[in-house]
Amino acid sequence: MKRFIAFIKKEFLHVFRDRKSLLMLFGLPIAQIILFGFALTNEINHAKILIVDQAKDRASAEIIQKIAASRYFEITDYNADANSIEPEFKKGNVTLALVFPNHLYGDLLHNNNASVQVIADASDPNTATTLTNYIQSIISEYNQQVALATTAGIRIIPQIRMLYNPELKAAPNFVPGVIALILMLVCVMMTSVSIVREKEMGTMEVLLVSPFRPLFVVLSKAVPYLVLSLINLAVILLLSVFLMDLPVKGSIILLFAESTLFIITALSLGLLISTATASQEIAMLLSLMGMLLPTLLFSGFMFPIENMPWPLQLISHIIPARWFYIIVKSIMIKGLGLSAIWKETLILAGMAAFFLVVSIMKFKKRLE
Amino acid sequence: MRTIRFLLQKEFSQIFRNKALLPMILIAPLLQLWILPLAADYEVKNVNIAIVDHDRSGASRDLLHAITSSGYFRMVGYSASYPQALKEIETDRADLILEIPLHFETNVVRQGHEELLVAVNAINGVKASIGASYLSKILQTFNAHLALQWQEMPNTNVRPSVEVISSNWFNPHLNYRFFMVPGILAVLVTLIGSYMTALNIVKEKEVGTIEQINVTPIKKHHFILGKLIPFWIIGMAVFTIGLFAIAMGLYGIVPVGSIVLLYFFLAVYLIAVLGFGLLISTYAATQQQAMSIAFFFIMIFILMSGLFTPIESMPGWAKVIAHLNPVTYFIEVMRMIVLKGSGLKDILPQIGIITLFALVFNGWAIWNYRKTS
Amino acid sequence: MTNQPTIICDHLTKQFGNFIAVDHISFEVKAGEIFGFLGANGAGKTTAMRMLCGLSIPTSGNATVAGFDVYKQTEKIKQNIGYMSQKFSLYEDLTVLENIRFYAGIYGLTDRQIREQTDDLLHRLDLGSNAKELVGGLPLGWKQKLAFSVSVLHRPQIVFLDEPTGGVDPITRRQFWDLIYEASESGVTVFVTTHYMDEAEYCNRVSIMVDGKIEALDTPTMLKKQFSASSMDEVFFALARRAQRQGD
Repeated sequence: MKRFIAFIKKEFLHVFRDRKSLLMLFGLPIAQIILFGFALTNEINHAKILIVDQAKDRASAEIIQKIAASRYFEITDYNADANSIEPEFKKGNVTLALVFPNHLYGDLLHNNNASVQVIADASDPNTATTLTNYIQSIISEYNQQVALATTAGIRIIPQIRMLYNPELKAAPNFVPGVIALILMLVCVMMTSVSIVREKEMGTMEVLLVSPFRPLFVVLSKAVPYLVLSLINLAVILLLSVFLMDLPVKGSIILLFAESTLFIITALSLGLLISTATASQEIAMLLSLMGMLLPTLLFSGFMFPIENMPWPLQLISHIIPARWFYIIVKSIMIKGLGLSAIWKETLILAGMAAFFLVVSIMKFKKRLE
Repeated sequence: MRTIRFLLQKEFSQIFRNKALLPMILIAPLLQLWILPLAADYEVKNVNIAIVDHDRSGASRDLLHAITSSGYFRMVGYSASYPQALKEIETDRADLILEIPLHFETNVVRQGHEELLVAVNAINGVKASIGASYLSKILQTFNAHLALQWQEMPNTNVRPSVEVISSNWFNPHLNYRFFMVPGILAVLVTLIGSYMTALNIVKEKEVGTIEQINVTPIKKHHFILGKLIPFWIIGMAVFTIGLFAIAMGLYGIVPVGSIVLLYFFLAVYLIAVLGFGLLISTYAATQQQAMSIAFFFIMIFILMSGLFTPIESMPGWAKVIAHLNPVTYFIEVMRMIVLKGSGLKDILPQIGIITLFALVFNGWAIWNYRKTS
Repeated sequence: MTNQPTIICDHLTKQFGNFIAVDHISFEVKAGEIFGFLGANGAGKTTAMRMLCGLSIPTSGNATVAGFDVYKQTEKIKQNIGYMSQKFSLYEDLTVLENIRFYAGIYGLTDRQIREQTDDLLHRLDLGSNAKELVGGLPLGWKQKLAFSVSVLHRPQIVFLDEPTGGVDPITRRQFWDLIYEASESGVTVFVTTHYMDEAEYCNRVSIMVDGKIEALDTPTMLKKQFSASSMDEVFFALARRAQRQGD
């Protein structure tokens, strides 16, 4: 036991002396939280649009005024030429063009019907759709204005209540995701590379020859990263509470317990990768391509899993991060307890056990 | 010049002999390129809605029919009460609850208005607001429909309205993959270029062969060229396979603009990105360090490149970061040439900036790399 | 073989912060000499050698190597020396042939010279049948001999060897020293650091560094007389006991 502690101490020293890596390990979650919290959003603001106004009448003026007042749009040209739309799109200067036909107001009054043309640069389909929707809702507003003047219609109004996140902040969605990502990253990549490094340097032999079960050598490598990850988790939670105004609604102890489970899974994966690779480069590439990107994708925090083609949805079931993400959301954002997430916990525990056993078996085999 | 020939011979021998590395470099990115675009889709579809209908009248049934036939929503069930429906949200079976009160039909017919309760799981704020706006749109249409059916005043069934005719250029089917694939290809090429260069050089540091190099008369810039050229070629190769096999072959994305122009930009871009890897290698003593540093920056580069979220929506300080990010420009150019057919004149600013990056990164790295300490 | 000094050191010093690794050492090495640079670990041997190879700029003092100044003419020095480091510095993932060709080419040998030298080297080391094997798969002793041969391939004036014989049996070490003798006989100055005291006997002259200073410099015979020792081991113990620094 004493020797085990000695090994762990040595590993801790390795990790904490490597200032540069440490900086990155702690800097990354902080950077991600700040970016996700303050910079990354799917909302569109100040989108540059140009207007081809062939009507130049009351209707077009009012609509244009509404658009100018909206924070979604920034009108770069109130009076553009229709021929300029394509070149401007190609240069990337504007993403939308609005074309008002002649006699807009006249048509509206006499035919009860008129149309405006919205041309969107759909190379980014999301932006195109969103912006088109914004314009549509502005025009709906205009229609309502005109309509109110002429009739009282039926009004069934929805009272919308936003649950768990009334201010529609982005944080509740991504903070759990960042937690999953960071824990996965640190544990898998760092552990696997650290073990492979010893192999490469040849110092692994030295350790293994020591009167020491080889398993403990490996475990001693995992422990510092376990501790590091828990510290990282604490940092992320602190940032979340104080910077993003997002407290942990449920039990913090439960959160840390589940996180430990997830960390063990990730560490086992790191161990597994280290048994399969001979060089650090490969270990790193494997961790990156094999672990990180799937976690990013299939956890569900960047892209909704329901949207994916069903083979991918199937794959997402075997990604531990997917279940962990649900667990963290349930505890942190919804404030639920173990009774609500027992199923996911069981699945995660099963995965942890499985990977642990497989990786230990592979490691033992490698030694022989 | 001869020195470079020998250096290249050595590098290529090492790379091709590394049976595990080469397939990784080639296959892994292509795999990503294949799967990522399939998975990456922000569109909000199939919103799961739980209904609590206290009225169960003709009107409420009509409303529910309108909602389910809209194609946006999937009804997951009827609940007898709001608390019951809430359970559906807690277990993520439903995204949205619609509660129709008792006397719904009566109130609409007699008084012309009624309120419905909509509760939305707003953890994913974007999904929530879009889901809510779908519902509002459906309600508006339903309102008009009811007005036609139930109103007794004859001349109010035609309301003046402006219709929006929308057309989508460059990507008429709003295919999100068209948008993602060029961007992802750009990111992958960047990853490989910078990572591999950084790791490769640091590996020589770790193993000790770099000291042997430092003691020979090899000139600094020859050594660096000898490292850059192989990875430049590999970067080009990965891009080519990605473009032709996956983008064109699998997704049917044929560049509208000039492929030659694309390659020209790629050539300069690779120099910049490899230079960045080089720069990292001068600051790292071990591969683990190089990996951590590279990963930190690359993560930020990817997030701030406009690949997943638009740059126009970022606050000022974030925009600055995005514009200091070489990946941003490559993604822009990729999308411009591939989807819009932009030409040389359109991308001149980006070419200029990337050239600047190439000079700065490589210059800094060469300055840093000392054969003698 | 002339007796011009190929290495001249005059109060050469290297300081890291407050730590003086190499403390004003002065000595000369003659052409064709086998010069043993001895000392315990941490005594400053490697640091001193790095300065002479142009890998590190001295803090103060002067030195010339092959006639070139260690401050201003490091690149010229590198063209005229060979080097073999502790880690042997051959590429483990390249074949014997590829390693030879690479270093030969780097030092500016023509294609023809490369061919000739390669054949010669393979023949002399009896590595002909292993030419296409990866260096990583060779036994340690062969790696060492190969590394040495590669380091003198371009017929440098001086070759620096940093602890070249670690980890092999005495017979292999003896064979290695045969190679060193060959090189010396053809006029190459051999500057070798080692902590194997028996190898000191093989050198023409030997210096012993303690705590960054040169505490002894002479032929092995003279040193043994000076310290009334029967072996270089004893000479070394006599000096090293006075050392302040611990090994690294």
